[in-house]
Amino acid sequence: MAYKRQIDRLPIIPADAKEHNVVCHYCIVGCGYKAYTWDIDKQGTTDPAGNKFNVDLSQQQGADTEAWYAPAMYNIVKQDGKDVHIVIKPDVKCVVNSGLGSIRGARMAEMSYSAVRNTEQQRLTDPMVWRYGQMQPTSWDDALDLVARVTAAVIADQGEDALFVSAYDHGGAGGGYENTWGTGKLYFGSMKIKNIRIHNRPAYNSEVHATRDMGVGELNNCYEDAELADTIVVVGANSLETQTNYFLNHWIPNLRGISQDKKQQLLPNEPHEPARVIIVDPRRTVTINACEIEAGKDRVMHLAINSGTDLALFNAWLTYIADKGWVDKAFIDASTKDFDKAIAGNKTSLEEAARITGLTVDQIRQSAEWMAQPKEGGARRRSMFAYEKGLIWGNDNYRTNGALVNVALATGNIGRPGGGCVRLGGHQEGYARPSDAHVGRPAAYVDQLLISGQGGVHHIWGCDHYKTTLNALQFKQAYKRRTDLVKDAMSAVPWGDRPAMVAAITDAIKKGGLFSVDVDIIPTQIGQAAHVWLPAATSGEMNLTSMNGERRMRLTERYMDPPGSAMPDCLIAARLANNLERVFREMGKTEIADRFKGFDWKTEEDAFMDGYHQHEKGGQFVTYARLRAMGTNGFQEPAVGIEGQGATAQGTTTGQTPGMVVQGPAIEGARGKEPVQQATPTTATPPPAPPAGSEPIIGTQRLYADGKFNTKDGKAIFMETKWRGFEASGKEEESKKFAFLINNGRANHIWQSAYLDQENDFVMDRFPFPFIEMNPQDMAALNLKSGDLVEVYNDNGSTQAMAYPTDRAKPKQTFMLFGYPTGVQGNVVSAGVNEFIIPNYKQTWGNIRKLADAPEVVKGLSFKEKEYAPPV
Amino acid sequence: MKRCDLLVDLGRRRFLSGAGVAAAGVAASAVLPANETKAAVPTARVTYPSTRLGNVNELKLNEPLDVAYPDDDASGVLIKLGKRVEGGAGPEGDIVGFTTICPHKGYPLHYNSERRTLNCSGHYSVFDCEAGGQETWGHATQNLPQYSLRVDEKGDIYAEGVDELIYGRLSNVL
Repeated sequence: MAYKRQIDRLPIIPADAKEHNVVCHYCIVGCGYKAYTWDIDKQGTTDPAGNKFNVDLSQQQGADTEAWYAPAMYNIVKQDGKDVHIVIKPDVKCVVNSGLGSIRGARMAEMSYSAVRNTEQQRLTDPMVWRYGQMQPTSWDDALDLVARVTAAVIADQGEDALFVSAYDHGGAGGGYENTWGTGKLYFGSMKIKNIRIHNRPAYNSEVHATRDMGVGELNNCYEDAELADTIVVVGANSLETQTNYFLNHWIPNLRGISQDKKQQLLPNEPHEPARVIIVDPRRTVTINACEIEAGKDRVMHLAINSGTDLALFNAWLTYIADKGWVDKAFIDASTKDFDKAIAGNKTSLEEAARITGLTVDQIRQSAEWMAQPKEGGARRRSMFAYEKGLIWGNDNYRTNGALVNVALATGNIGRPGGGCVRLGGHQEGYARPSDAHVGRPAAYVDQLLISGQGGVHHIWGCDHYKTTLNALQFKQAYKRRTDLVKDAMSAVPWGDRPAMVAAITDAIKKGGLFSVDVDIIPTQIGQAAHVWLPAATSGEMNLTSMNGERRMRLTERYMDPPGSAMPDCLIAARLANNLERVFREMGKTEIADRFKGFDWKTEEDAFMDGYHQHEKGGQFVTYARLRAMGTNGFQEPAVGIEGQGATAQGTTTGQTPGMVVQGPAIEGARGKEPVQQATPTTATPPPAPPAGSEPIIGTQRLYADGKFNTKDGKAIFMETKWRGFEASGKEEESKKFAFLINNGRANHIWQSAYLDQENDFVMDRFPFPFIEMNPQDMAALNLKSGDLVEVYNDNGSTQAMAYPTDRAKPKQTFMLFGYPTGVQGNVVSAGVNEFIIPNYKQTWGNIRKLADAPEVVKGLSFKEKEYAPPV
Repeated sequence: MKRCDLLVDLGRRRFLSGAGVAAAGVAASAVLPANETKAAVPTARVTYPSTRLGNVNELKLNEPLDVAYPDDDASGVLIKLGKRVEGGAGPEGDIVGFTTICPHKGYPLHYNSERRTLNCSGHYSVFDCEAGGQETWGHATQNLPQYSLRVDEKGDIYAEGVDELIYGRLSNVL
């Protein structure tokens, strides 16, 4: 039976409720919300004067009303130590989502920690340590002292390379500028940690190296471009499910033709039609269905390629478009180089591409026409290219990324309205760290090093390898073995004898053990192996800044207390630095101790001012006060000035001398820094930014509008991207050996690895186990009924899922929910990576067999088609 | 009682207008006084009317009957599914009733008789009438509000409660 809350009325927000700016802390779209809080003993009334909306709430409200909120948008939380009512609801005034809320973001209130309403009771409230054979609470001082002593001892003995770190690099929850700076300053400033990896991949690298190497930062357009494009080209993305309100609020108007007026107004000298859309994806998705409903099937092209063959398709597009003369020659001449080299090197005929991709010659030709054939009267066709994990976690990541950017550059579609070549993104962005240049390229394959016994201490910040890494089963086995050595050693020593404890731990490390410190908001699966848990605060429990997929930066204001003694990550990093300084000083290592100075932050705003404000491009214009005043719309990075004072030409710095921009592959491209350009130092100082000032910040709507790219000479570089089959080691053999493609990805109901959703009845009722979508014929052949538990297995490992029949799945091509707690798809993903250690999750093959009939929790679930169907 | 099929177009027009906040298009019923009786102990849940929505004889297999509950401003449907389901009423346990106001943004849901789902033309959400209104796929943060139904000896079908908050009202009974 479907889960029902049996809530049939909610407290009314009173007219004088406090209002806080909130940006959804889940996906990159960053929808604007407002949090309303008010005293537990008060409530509003239905008469207009008695409620926040000034509306008669004794009446039924119509569609899209601002004056309604769902039970999931309500909770009771602590604010300054007191219970308050809270409603977190979508903000109609936010240009990103215009009041739309997704099934994920609109549950933010319900996913908050509430002792009163028993929500998210999994949240960590105290530091926890391995004591007497289980995790036990302790004080911050005690926990940090142990972490600092063990970390310092290992560094003193083996050097910094023995400290392994896993740390998010993104914005939103478990990230943001404050927290990436806090962790970054610790590991890249005070130390030069090389063995570090990012939350969703086993190395410290960019997911989109290629586009950055070409001089094209990956978040270069704005959401309005989806309203202006003639054609939207989507590669490996399912945006209705994964960037929901970007799709609904900005793509659909163009597909329905209702952005026509805007097109005429902004781009008056060319003909306009409703958009066409081309979607490259091996499987049919709900996104394709929605596009067909709105634009009509004749304006939607689904290119269901053989998995992993995108590169051949893009090279064929480039070749055909160049042959037809549909390239933007003026732009290519003025703003790019190596076009001829790419044309020669990537030459791929329609026939050749058809053979590799499994598409027809006509499909490839027609799609090229849709994206590049000049419009009536000869106007250039405006095409927006958007890609995400199907490409990023796909075969030959680097070249495939480059091949798509080639097409966008050739057709003159970067930096112009209705264009862009962008990743669609996962989390928001929020990267501010000192240079990571010492990490090198390719970066260390951290997971493999851990498996092979390297490293003595592992600090984990908001990552759960157990659910979200490749080769996960092998990783878990090795990690458990190594951390168990330390656990057993710790259990043999009294907790109160600190010198003996540190000695026992370091001794176990020398025998192959690993000391694991997990900073997170909940006990994660990798946390089961950890020796120390440090409780973190999340978005809304702290002030937090991030930017969305069009570089829109906002401040989420603190609207509630963190659980127990949980702290923002930036302050945990600071306190860890303080403790390391103290311990190194005690050890007589003054020089090392001194490197941990500069962490005297008291608040997250201190970290922001130390980090983003001082070190990021345009950061000098950005303060909490200004962001607060700009609400949920914020500004688009980079900031270039302050309203009333005009844009400032002053080059900004992240380096030690004015005008110097620190290099680093991690995120510069995203924000449009010029990582290899030295801006001319000027003597003019930028206008001072008084922290109290609340003048609006002037931002940047599109990057590269001036045709200047992120390279030394400002020219974008075309890339040679030859097709070379399945590139990652072992994939070709795996594809031949096993019967089913185990394609994988996200689902609408769930955010990320379900770290909060796993405690949400609404979500867990829907998906008690990860689904694996299968063709009904395949299910029949395996004697499977809907909801039966199946085992997915190959030479890498095995995992489980519940069978979900759908005609959308081609025979022998399945799609499994990724990163789910009750069945980890990563268990069956091989260790194979590309030359820059980017994982290849998507090209995975395995066999499937039945484990059991649908368990009790699965009975009664809906296993119907997920696609919307018109009335019949 | 309103035809929910007509409301599909209404929903579409609202969306097409691009208006952020569309005014309520639903006809207002008589304004009920707020339940502000002093010193009365409020009940844990609202008190629902027992409302006759129809008779089993009026229901045709797999054809939705448009109803409204708990008042005329809250459109819904009764459906005879022809198979016993959880929450089903009547001698065969196959009669279900749901609101047809989408709990995401308040657009009208329409019935697809092949799939036996209620679907939202506004943002493509799908609710399974054979699984207690579970959101098969969609944006609402709740499953579809379902009626508690009672069928008496004459075959009259009464609604007597709703298990989730209905869109557009902060109390199911206004």
